[in-house]
Amino acid sequence: MPEKVDARGLSCPQPVIMTRTALEKVGRGEVSVVVDTMTQVHNCTRAAEKLGWQASYEEQEDVFILTFKR
Amino acid sequence: MSKRKDYFATLAGIIVVGLVIGGLAAMLQRIGNPANMGVCVACFTRDIAGALGLHRAGIVQYLRPEIPAFCLGSFLAAMVFREFRPRNGSAPVIRFFLGMFAMIGALIFLGCPWRAMLRLAGGDWNAILGIVGLIVGISIGVGFLRGGFNLGRSYRSRTVAGLAMPAVMLVLLVLAFLYPQFGEEGKAALFRSAKGPGAASAAVVVSTIAGLVIGFLAQRTRFCTVGGIRDVILMRDFHLLSGVAAFLVAAFVMNLVFGQFHAGFTRGVKDAGEILQQPAAHTTHWLNLAGMLLAGLSFTLAGGCPGRQIFLAGEGDGDAAVFVLGMLTGAAVAHNFMMVAAQPTAPYIVVIGLALVMIIGFMGRERLAPAR
Repeated sequence: MPEKVDARGLSCPQPVIMTRTALEKVGRGEVSVVVDTMTQVHNCTRAAEKLGWQASYEEQEDVFILTFKR
Repeated sequence: MSKRKDYFATLAGIIVVGLVIGGLAAMLQRIGNPANMGVCVACFTRDIAGALGLHRAGIVQYLRPEIPAFCLGSFLAAMVFREFRPRNGSAPVIRFFLGMFAMIGALIFLGCPWRAMLRLAGGDWNAILGIVGLIVGISIGVGFLRGGFNLGRSYRSRTVAGLAMPAVMLVLLVLAFLYPQFGEEGKAALFRSAKGPGAASAAVVVSTIAGLVIGFLAQRTRFCTVGGIRDVILMRDFHLLSGVAAFLVAAFVMNLVFGQFHAGFTRGVKDAGEILQQPAAHTTHWLNLAGMLLAGLSFTLAGGCPGRQIFLAGEGDGDAAVFVLGMLTGAAVAHNFMMVAAQPTAPYIVVIGLALVMIIGFMGRERLAPAR
C-alpha cells in the first residue's frame, strides 16, 4: 500500500510540507498525494524532484492525484 | 499538459515574469505613478480605500486601476487555462484580521513587499530595514507552519461565490475609468487627491493594461514575494525567490536608465535645513522593521503576499478574497487612527498587532481534519 496524503483544499505551503514529510518518512517506495489545484501539483512536484523522487500526476474530476516513486 | 503551460512553471518562466513586472513598475513610475511606487498592492489598496471614502487622508485618495486589473488579469488567465476554481474555506474572520494587520504593518513601513523591493531598487535604504523585518516576520511564520499552523481546508464552492470578487473588481475598474461624483466634490465619493502620492498617476488606460498583464502573468507563474522568502527558509527552494530577484534587478536597471535612482536614507537637506525624505518614506528605523515584521508574519500565516492574495481571489479563491477585504479595511483603520508611518499610534498598534497575530499563530496549530 503506498503512503497516502490528502492535501486537498490547503493553501501554500501546507501541501508541500505534507508531501515532504511523507516522502522523508517513507524514504523509498511510493507515495500518493491528492491536491486540488494545478499550483499545488507544480509545487509538490518541484519539492519531490528536489529530494530525488520521480513525479507523475493524473487529473480525476475535481482533483489531481500525484504519484511519487523512488 | 501543454508545452506553454510548462514554460510558466519553469525557472526561466518565473524569472522572465519577474523581469517584466519589475520593468513595468519602473515604467509606470516614469509615466506618472508615485516615485518608488510603480506598483504597490498595499499603497494602491489604501488609495482605493481613500477614493471610496473609507478614510480621510486627503493625499492618498485615488481609485487605482492597477488593483482591479491585477484581479481581472488573473481571472482571465484562470479562465483561459481552465484554472478558475470557486472555493471557500474556513476561519474567515481570522483571515480578515490577518489582512487588516498585514496592511497596518505594511503601511507603518509604507509599502507592501513589492514596494519594499521597488524602494530598494530606487536607492531608498530605509527599505533594507523593511526587508529585514519582512524576513524575520516570515521566519516566525515558518516556525508556526512547521509547528502545524493552518487555517483549515477550502472546499469547492458555487460558481457565483468565485465570481463575486472579480465582479466587485470589475465594478471598481469601471468606476476608475468614469470617476463619477456621487455628490458635492470633496464631500462625497469618489474622492481624488489634489496633491501628494494620490495625485500622481499614470494614464488610466496604461495602468489598466499593465495591471492586466501583471495579473495574467502572475497567475500563470504564481509569482509571490512572501512565498519566495518563505520557500527558501522552509526548504531551500529558490524558485519563487528567483522571480522576486528578477523583479528587483529589472526595476533597478530601469531606474538607472530613467534617472530614478537616488541612494540614501534621505535625499539630503533642503535650503531651510529641513530634511528631504525619500518619496513616501520615513526614517524611524525600528518602525520600518517592526511594521514589515508584522506584515511578513501576517502574510505568511495567510499563505502569500498581498499581490498573490489578489491573484488568488481572481482564480475564485474566496479565502483570499476575504483577506483582500481585510486589507481594504485595515488601510482605512490605519489612516483613521493615525497608525501610518511614524504617526503617534503606530508604535502601539505594531506591538498589539504582533501580540494578536502571534496568538493566532499559537492557537492555529491544530490537527487537520480529513477532507470531507
